[in-house]
Amino acid sequence: MQSTTQTSLDKGPALKICESMGQITSDSLIPILQQIQDAYGYLPAEILSEVSKQTGLQASHMYGVATFYEQFHLEPRGRHTIKCCRGTACHVRGGRDIISALERELEVEEGQTTEDMRFTFETVACLGTCFLAPVIMINNDYYGNVKAGKIKAILDRYE
Amino acid sequence: MKLTIDGKQITARQGQTVLQAALANGIDIPNLCYDPRLVPSGSCRLCLVEIEGQRGLQPACVFEARDGLVVKTDTDEIREIRKTILELLFQEHKARCTVCDENGRCSLQNYAYEYQLSEESLGQALGAEIVDNYTTGNLALQYDPNKCIRCGRCVRICDEVQMAHALTFKNRAAETEVTTAFDLPLNESTCVLCGQCISTCPTGALYDRSAKGQGQAKDLVRTRTTCVYCGVGCQIDLNVNPKKNKIVRVTSEVGCIPNDGNLCVKGRFGMDFVGHPERLTTPLIKRNGRLQEATWNEAIGLIAENLSKIKSESGPDSIAGLSSAKCTNEDNYVFQKFIRAGIGTNNVDHCARLCHASTVAGLARAFGSGAMTNSIDEFKNARCIFVIGSNTPEAHPVIALGVREAVVRNDAELIVADPREIELVRYAKFHLQQQPGTDVALINAMMNVILEENLYDKEFIEQRTEGFEEIVDAIKEMTPEKAEKITTVSAEAIRQAARIYAKADAASIVFSMGITQHTTGTDNVLSLANLAMLTGNVGKQCAGVNPLRGQNNVQGACDLGALPNVYPGYQSVEDADIHAKFEKAWNAKLSAKTGLTVVEMFHAIEDGSVRALYLMGENPALSDPNLNRTRKALEKVEFLIAQDVFLSESAQYADVVLPAFSFAEKEGTFTNTERRIQRVRKAVNPPGQSRDDWRIVCEIATAMGIPMQYENASEIMDEIASVSPLYGGIAYDRIESVGLQWPCLDRDHPGTKYLHKGEFKRGKGKFHPVRFREPAEAPSDEFPMILSTGRQLYQYHTGTLSRKSPAIDQKSPTGYVEIHFKDAKEYGIEDGDSVEVSTTRGKVTTKASVGTQVAKGWLFMPFHFAEGPANMLTNDALDPIAKIPEFKVCAAKIRAAQVG
Ligand code: SF4
Ligand code: SF4
Ligand code: SF4
Ligand code: FES
Ligand code: FES
Repeated sequence: MQSTTQTSLDKGPALKICESMGQITSDSLIPILQQIQDAYGYLPAEILSEVSKQTGLQASHMYGVATFYEQFHLEPRGRHTIKCCRGTACHVRGGRDIISALERELEVEEGQTTEDMRFTFETVACLGTCFLAPVIMINNDYYGNVKAGKIKAILDRYE
Repeated sequence: MKLTIDGKQITARQGQTVLQAALANGIDIPNLCYDPRLVPSGSCRLCLVEIEGQRGLQPACVFEARDGLVVKTDTDEIREIRKTILELLFQEHKARCTVCDENGRCSLQNYAYEYQLSEESLGQALGAEIVDNYTTGNLALQYDPNKCIRCGRCVRICDEVQMAHALTFKNRAAETEVTTAFDLPLNESTCVLCGQCISTCPTGALYDRSAKGQGQAKDLVRTRTTCVYCGVGCQIDLNVNPKKNKIVRVTSEVGCIPNDGNLCVKGRFGMDFVGHPERLTTPLIKRNGRLQEATWNEAIGLIAENLSKIKSESGPDSIAGLSSAKCTNEDNYVFQKFIRAGIGTNNVDHCARLCHASTVAGLARAFGSGAMTNSIDEFKNARCIFVIGSNTPEAHPVIALGVREAVVRNDAELIVADPREIELVRYAKFHLQQQPGTDVALINAMMNVILEENLYDKEFIEQRTEGFEEIVDAIKEMTPEKAEKITTVSAEAIRQAARIYAKADAASIVFSMGITQHTTGTDNVLSLANLAMLTGNVGKQCAGVNPLRGQNNVQGACDLGALPNVYPGYQSVEDADIHAKFEKAWNAKLSAKTGLTVVEMFHAIEDGSVRALYLMGENPALSDPNLNRTRKALEKVEFLIAQDVFLSESAQYADVVLPAFSFAEKEGTFTNTERRIQRVRKAVNPPGQSRDDWRIVCEIATAMGIPMQYENASEIMDEIASVSPLYGGIAYDRIESVGLQWPCLDRDHPGTKYLHKGEFKRGKGKFHPVRFREPAEAPSDEFPMILSTGRQLYQYHTGTLSRKSPAIDQKSPTGYVEIHFKDAKEYGIEDGDSVEVSTTRGKVTTKASVGTQVAKGWLFMPFHFAEGPANMLTNDALDPIAKIPEFKVCAAKIRAAQVG
């Protein structure tokens, strides 16, 4: 459920985006969501409600699309995204421990963002570099043969 | 079109799919994502069939039927694939039929049986606990993701039919679930609690919360009857658990007339009143100022004695009766017959006076018949719909589905004229936000444009109407510019709306109490009739003048003569021939003088000329204008009888209270707003000693020495048919499955879909010159705002019935007053604040609802709430012809209520 404690966001950028879209059709939905996400870093519910009011696009449809595609995020994102592999190869080579170590270190669970907005932590099915297992990826950097003990040092490289 | 399915030659209609053609011909093809109300999605793949010449199997629900197709629906290959699909579905299905309410009516279960799935293919059953989702805590409906097969029907029906757009799927693949935008709780989403999603769900994934555990579908007995909540007259099936004598849930059959399986929140969730513990179960007699239980003999005896005494002392006209738009046709007929033939007065009326008396008066003058000219299913094919003074989505929700369908699916043009920004405005080309009480100016100005620009239908005017020349002056006077000053609607908008209406091939006018509840109510109706005739938009399919009647049987109560000036079938009491005919039919001496109307009755009580009042199912202590005055009259009247299902506000004033059946306990008929006479059927046993309304009336009459007796309701209908040509061909055996629309003159008459085809009821349609008059009460320095009253979706009339339902009350537990945010700011009022609204007649404390629903300077209050009764404030000034009070306009002021 959406948290209601957030302070109001600036609707300005959203209004501009809606205006720039011209004639709104159901095909406008994905481009609008992409632009909103670029402007706000994620898709805040209150902004989408405003977009719905402005464009007549249904909030329910936006939500459906936003939860369907992995590219969209409904919660604020950390400055860095950690993707930890839970694929078979990684699993047999200690991937589970890496996940636990990350959770301990970050004090968040899979799918969450740290309170200081530094990291968003996700797991994925396979990062495609099984020969390096276990693997984690931070932003666009790969780290292979990771040991639980090295996690802290790796994280320290990211502000 | 001919095609062959499974070796059988069948005929199909253009536009039908193979699935529809097969089903229509009794060939069953399994399907899960199909509902005839929806655009087919072809997603479940269960309906796969083999079609000669096509590569691979095709989903029958999206494949259009064509001449010469050869289709096989039941080969080994197909059965194998269907079985696999079902097995996959069942792996996702983590529940057991043994504890599911849908057991017995679930498509999935039926197919699992038909295809003999093994128990092993069932998913692991999870605990009974349902994971939190968008319906958690909702009192109306519940969603259980474990039973959901992701067919998408609920999402689609909410989008395509209800157009509330509340639902969506979220996530992907195995994680897919139904939810609202941002997982909001249902009541905070755009949901209107229509329950259409429940109705389409093929499994037990969506269900009525209150039905949970109250009986499985296989054990429930379904009785088809007519909804008691509004004039649409939806056909509903009361699902009763016979062991508990309880209505467990309400369903409706897809394909039924007039609602096609769709309902609104009241019909679907509003039946709690039927078995409610507060129902009256014994007669009550007032002794020493307190109502005390009594026997039927005592109650009937006391009534007979008092009515006889008052009649012999002061004459029959000192007695008056209020019949009811909630009761059946048979009740109304018997009641007015008792007042007329038994007592000997025409003092009989009912609350239609307060809603559509001006419609009946106006349309009878113009066309010769005061009812909706077209049928409900014609709206969806109209080319232009002009909605004026009708908040259709709230007051007639299922008719609004047709209006939206016309616009969204069939590209009709919608014009909405309403002082409030009602929901329909979203679909409208133009919203004409006229100042309350200025409708005549607006309509005349539209006609002005039509004349000026030569858009009128000369041929129609010449051949079908009379009096056209007489209205030309009145119309020429009202230029759009002049109207702009009066109505605040821009001249340009008036021009464009007029053009759209006049140029459409078939334009339909829809109106309701926003037009009628004015001191100029009859004028308003007459000018709409003028507008329709001017453009030839009446007397044909999809084009006409359509007053939407409020209560479930207000049409019938009028038809059956619960009016002081006419016998059943609108036959005048002052016409000598008709008078003689009824004296003969009823074998009694009848009064030839028109009787008193509702508000006149209360005034006559004040001056002592009416001494006894008999209320059958009416609650004037909440519904009538200027409540202080009405309530004083109820207190003053010497002898008051109240016959009702609950001890209503009015019944508390009564000397004798008589417990009556509710609609779910009796046989009879209601007539809906499209003139369709439909059956009401007994589904549960009545509480305590309550009795059928018409039987009570007969018993009173008999005790007074005027024997009245009928075997059953059907026999009453036969008598109605014999005295009222309008209902001449109506008989129960003809309306078993589908109701008939009057006029239905004899047993061979098929009923009438739309009125005035070829010729108006009165011969020629008559134009009446109408000029703008100000409302009775103008804003003043002391009362600077204009107050309007009306209804809202979640409640019905005085709330006696609808407020008994928790599912409804969760949405609208209290009354409120709508105010524009600018006014609110000026008065220092915030949304939700407690405020005091007052007029010269009284004051009421309620909650402020701040927004843009009403324009600046105006206020709006719903009238259903006993704790904030809007009718304390309304004006009882009357329309001179129809005697309808001005509920829609009065001068008022508002201020923040004193706290503490
Ligand atoms: S939804 Fe249907 S199949 Fe599932 S448990 Fe209920 S009755 Fe059985
Ligand atoms: S109850 Fe009606 S409006 Fe609400 S979600 Fe279901 S279909 Fe939509
Ligand atoms: S809740 Fe019912 S109608 Fe909706 S997707 Fe699930 S099974 Fe289909
Ligand atoms: S399993 Fe981890 S990268 Fe492939
Ligand atoms: S019914 Fe045809 S695909 Fe579902």
